[in-house]
Amino acid sequence: MAVNTDKNSYTIIFAVAMVVIVGSLLAFTASSLKPNIEENKRMEKQQNILYAMGVNGNEGTGDITFVSTDKVAGEFSTYIKEQLVIENGVAKVDDQAYLIDVKKEQAKAKNGGTRRLPLFIGEKDGKTSYIVPIRGKGLWDAIWGFVALDKNMVVQGAFFDHAGETPGLGANIKQRYFMDDFDGEKLLNDAGAFKGITVAKGNNDPKNLIKDDNEVDALAGATITGDGVSAMIKKDLKLYLPYFKNLK
Amino acid sequence: MGLLSKKDAKLITDPLADNNPITIQVLGICSALAITAELKASLVMGIAVLFVLSVGNVVISLMRNIIPSKIRIIVQLIVVAALVIIVDQVLKAFAFELSKTLSVFIGLIITNCIIMGRFEAFALANKPWQSFLDGIGNALGYAIILVIVGFFRELLGSGTLFGIPVLGDPIEMTGVYGLGYENNGFMLMPPMALIIVGLIIWVQRSRNKDLIED
Repeated sequence: MAVNTDKNSYTIIFAVAMVVIVGSLLAFTASSLKPNIEENKRMEKQQNILYAMGVNGNEGTGDITFVSTDKVAGEFSTYIKEQLVIENGVAKVDDQAYLIDVKKEQAKAKNGGTRRLPLFIGEKDGKTSYIVPIRGKGLWDAIWGFVALDKNMVVQGAFFDHAGETPGLGANIKQRYFMDDFDGEKLLNDAGAFKGITVAKGNNDPKNLIKDDNEVDALAGATITGDGVSAMIKKDLKLYLPYFKNLK
Repeated sequence: MGLLSKKDAKLITDPLADNNPITIQVLGICSALAITAELKASLVMGIAVLFVLSVGNVVISLMRNIIPSKIRIIVQLIVVAALVIIVDQVLKAFAFELSKTLSVFIGLIITNCIIMGRFEAFALANKPWQSFLDGIGNALGYAIILVIVGFFRELLGSGTLFGIPVLGDPIEMTGVYGLGYENNGFMLMPPMALIIVGLIIWVQRSRNKDLIED
């Protein structure tokens, strides 16, 4: 017997049934996979923080390689000596600081609350790095990263990632040839005032040898993503300025 | 006779050339512009669409007799969106690295006109097996164009293929760069994908006059 699929009542019943079935299927998948996904995200964060301070599997000038997932928890506790949360200018030790969601903190600050600022102090080969998480907007979606600084706010390493930048263009902020350019760049000018780092077009220093110009070379075809990187560096890293001033 | 009857085999081979979804049906142009600046992304997108289109075609085909025609477009959209989200969640849980690579394509897959186009034009009127083959064929036809466009854009725009430099180093001035060659940054811009697709259409139609519309 053929069903009359043109009837209004059938259409409504079909629509309701479809929504219920698909909705519960998605809800079931999402909730049953949640623990695994959270765990993956947690490990990714640790990998990213370690990457910024130079603990990674990079070889030569190839692709980015993270510490492997089975080793990341151990390496993280070896290299990260202290995790701090700065709130209202007071720094407190908190060994869960890396779990702080920068997106939520930014929203809190926007609504007039106080933003908690996580900071990770790492030590590798006798060198101390202060690793700061940053977050901003690219062309399509969020971009974020971790920047490792020394106590004079000179970049020791940087890691950037994105949610949905254009593959081959903006997505290349996650490539080594872009991230490595930040090494050695200064956030402060000669007078000690905060200047940030600008992703600059113009191809005036493509090998990026000049390290005191507060500039890195931009990516072709990714102007807005590059501007987003400059903006998040300026905005988020500036918040840590008082902490670094106190270090001296 | 092989695994497939002649009619079934045509479902796969036709979209590769004479009924190509991009160059003949002119579907899926948006993603062809967006992600073909490098070869790897083109290939990943091709594989993702292959999966979604073949499975989605089967699901729609199985439901073809019970879908109310008034809301069929919404039903198609829900099927493809649910499919893509479930795959994304599973990958996030069990193959996190892979899901990071694919995540940017999720939105592009759901809104890809090829998928809706094949659901509407084929799966709603045909049996699951034929729909499956049609999905494979069209996704392959789409992937071929993407890879061709990606190959030229990455080679001429960045001097690399799959991220590996093949023309020398533009900063150290080795290889062809030593002879005064320069990367064409314009190739990285989306409009160049349109021009390459246009060139493919031109070549294809000049070789096969049957394809020329009056």
